[in-house]
Amino acid sequence: MKGIEPKPPLTRRQIMTLGASGLVATLTPLSAFAEPEDMRAAQKEMFGDRPIQVGRVTLALPPIAENGYSVPIEINVDSPMTPNDYVKTITVFSPRNPLPVLASFHLTPHSGRASVSTRIRMGGTQVVTVVAEMNDGSLWSGTAETLVTLAACVIL
Amino acid sequence: MTTIRLSVPDTATRDEIIEIKAMIQHEMESGYRLNMRGQYIPRDIITLFECFFGDELVFSADFHPGIAANPFLTFYARATTSGTFLFRWTDQNGNEWSDTADINVA
Repeated sequence: MKGIEPKPPLTRRQIMTLGASGLVATLTPLSAFAEPEDMRAAQKEMFGDRPIQVGRVTLALPPIAENGYSVPIEINVDSPMTPNDYVKTITVFSPRNPLPVLASFHLTPHSGRASVSTRIRMGGTQVVTVVAEMNDGSLWSGTAETLVTLAACVIL
Repeated sequence: MTTIRLSVPDTATRDEIIEIKAMIQHEMESGYRLNMRGQYIPRDIITLFECFFGDELVFSADFHPGIAANPFLTFYARATTSGTFLFRWTDQNGNEWSDTADINVA
């Protein structure tokens, strides 16, 4: 019986090409990306030599992100948010994105609650750091790690 | 046409802390992507978001290329009196988009 044979979903050649490109992607040097030192430099530029204490900031990131293009992040800072004691600024830092600063949020006593959620891009598996600046000038930080399977910036 | 989506409660009790969600449709082109010719696509991002209640700035955000397309924010505000929230987005070239939402405080 002769008929048109269904085309296999992927030829062997295509599979080999995919594998090779995956290998290339893995071996591509990440020099174009910010290093943890860049993140520290950015923090120093923003906050000077003021000490950053660990605590009061909690951030929620998914443990695994399939796609670095859009990763939900939720930041909570332990603060009463009264006119005398509130969070002034929340800044998100990345050690592995092309730019170490992702976003800054400016809050006021009118915010009522020091909590912000948004969606960020991630250029690879990394530990994201969030620093909160209180109205008295003290700095607090928290971290969370996400494993990124497909990084933003690498594809396309 | 830029779509803006807001979620602000219509009513609140005095001093209640309300949840606000705001999203705007925007590519947030990072400037790190290559087009089909291998050239970098120029950066085009929204850099500033502001939320005012009346004349007072309640919340603002500085965006960088690390914010995903169609920037989405959830934040909180304390309801003090009835009034109008103004939400304004500004891009790197100074273009602005804004929308308002009213709230009744009992």
